Amino acid sequence: MATLSKNENQSYFASHEFQQLRNRINKFLGFGLLTVIAFFMIMPYVWVVSTSLRTPAESFTVPPEWIPVDFDVSNYEEVFEEIPFWDQMANSFIITMSVVIGQVFTASLAGYAFARLKFPGRNLIFWIVLATLMIPGQATLIPVFILVTRVLGLGDTLGALIVPSLATAFGTFLLRQYFLQIPDDYEEAAMIDGANQWQIFRRIYLPLASPGMAILAVLTFNAKWNDYLTPLIFMNTEERFPITLGIVRLQGYMGTGSISVVLAGIVLSTLPVIIMYIFGQRYLLEGLQVGGLKG
Amino acid sequence: MTTATYDEKPKRNAIARWLAADTMNGIKRQRALMGFLFIAPTVIGLLIFIVGPMLYSFVLSFHEWNVFRPPEYVGFANFERLAGDSRVFVSFKNTFILMFMTVAILEVLAMALAILVKRLTGGLLGYFYRTVYFFPVLLSGASVAVMLGYMFHQEFGVINYYLSQLGMEKIPWLTSSNVVLITIALTTVWRNLGFTFIIYLGGVSALPEEILEAADVDGAKGWRKLWSITIPLLSPTILFATVTDVIKMLQFFDEPFIMTRGGPGDASRTVVMMMYDSAFGNLELGYGSAIALVLFAIIMIVTGIQFYLSRRWVFYG
Repeated sequence: MATLSKNENQSYFASHEFQQLRNRINKFLGFGLLTVIAFFMIMPYVWVVSTSLRTPAESFTVPPEWIPVDFDVSNYEEVFEEIPFWDQMANSFIITMSVVIGQVFTASLAGYAFARLKFPGRNLIFWIVLATLMIPGQATLIPVFILVTRVLGLGDTLGALIVPSLATAFGTFLLRQYFLQIPDDYEEAAMIDGANQWQIFRRIYLPLASPGMAILAVLTFNAKWNDYLTPLIFMNTEERFPITLGIVRLQGYMGTGSISVVLAGIVLSTLPVIIMYIFGQRYLLEGLQVGGLKG
Repeated sequence: MTTATYDEKPKRNAIARWLAADTMNGIKRQRALMGFLFIAPTVIGLLIFIVGPMLYSFVLSFHEWNVFRPPEYVGFANFERLAGDSRVFVSFKNTFILMFMTVAILEVLAMALAILVKRLTGGLLGYFYRTVYFFPVLLSGASVAVMLGYMFHQEFGVINYYLSQLGMEKIPWLTSSNVVLITIALTTVWRNLGFTFIIYLGGVSALPEEILEAADVDGAKGWRKLWSITIPLLSPTILFATVTDVIKMLQFFDEPFIMTRGGPGDASRTVVMMMYDSAFGNLELGYGSAIALVLFAIIMIVTGIQFYLSRRWVFYG
């Protein structure tokens, strides 16, 4: 065959050794990029943790020490003294979990409908949904505030931070794209097997879109946990604050120079998200593998 | 007669017959009905909490309102003022510069990292890289702005310390109008890279193995495989990531607000900050709403252009 005879008088650059060398260099460069970026992603937080464990007076010593030597926990004690820490953590959990469950539910239904079901006005409605994604959150803040406090009577309650966030244009768009990437052969096969429309959605498409749902859940958890502008406007009672507002309150201490207390607060408020992520990552991983669309 | 028996219970059967699963039209109707039911929670929620308030903002932009007195209709006065407001122009310019810098870095880097993580790593190592890249996303914008604000400090910051160790001059990261946008772009990339990365990783993981293996068998390698197979297959994910990142970056607020308050001068003032200052700082709710509307129109146009162009390069399998 033509290709075989070509292979016989190949140059070094087409040789097996060169291919191997090239693969090895590519692999080395690839790992190099992965590791350099990883270093820059983790370094600032290491600095935050080590500085939060030092006395305020030493927090700006030069050269910066990366490994905490003092283990001075007084900054952390001060966090518990300044804000009702546990109440605020519980509030953050209730708000965040409610919104995550609500959004995954509504977005998987709507995403499927926009991707796979035909109904009159589908494209127009989808465009309206997308258009809402483009509305700056701050633009609707004042009317939403009036609606939630005066019409719904939810002012200064956790509901004020949950109810307006149950529907999501972002999640709908994300899951629509996942449903679109699934080949429609599955649907025809299921129809031939006698599955009804609900079963096609529930048994075939929904499991295949689970990477998208897992990703939406993790991203929503994190966005809601870290939101601080909305609670700042809706909440008045300190015991009903989510933890981000507590941290904002600590940041007031920046002026007095207690940087290490602020950083201790940042570390504490971040821990639950990190723990959630470590648990969520497993589902994320499984979801990614299950949804790999293998045959 | 058979027709009579049909007539006796027509109401119970009318819907069932209309949706009969054994006819093509019945299945079409079933799917249409299901479609409406499925989008109902999302559409109703968005109508009440986003579209309605947006329309209210629209009405507000034709009024002057400072909360204390009732709104007063002023016609297009807010928009006329806006067109001649040089600070608004500067804030739009800053926002677009930040958007181009961050989105360009984010998309290229996140896609490269996602492909590399998927190809080169597995098991514990893959877990490590994924976790590390996603980690900054777990922090709030406020926290990141505060901590990186300390690190970028010109005199006491960790970053300038190491740059001076390398023999470089201390860079006025947050105090020079030439540098401040780069500093804020770097901060934003640091916090958002993991977000874009995880979206690309989901897309890369959902790529059909058969096609990639077929490409290997056919001898497509390296850049050729990337350009002619991986990227076209990933194109729905690329479109999604780019569109959402552009929208997010045009609504830029947290980092510059906390790190510089828009300074020095107006060098890092973004459109949303301008709007926030007008509405909540100066209590000019009408003028703030007008700025929000112009931003909204611009985001719509930019997104429309992206979707229009996507017809040429996005491929749905």
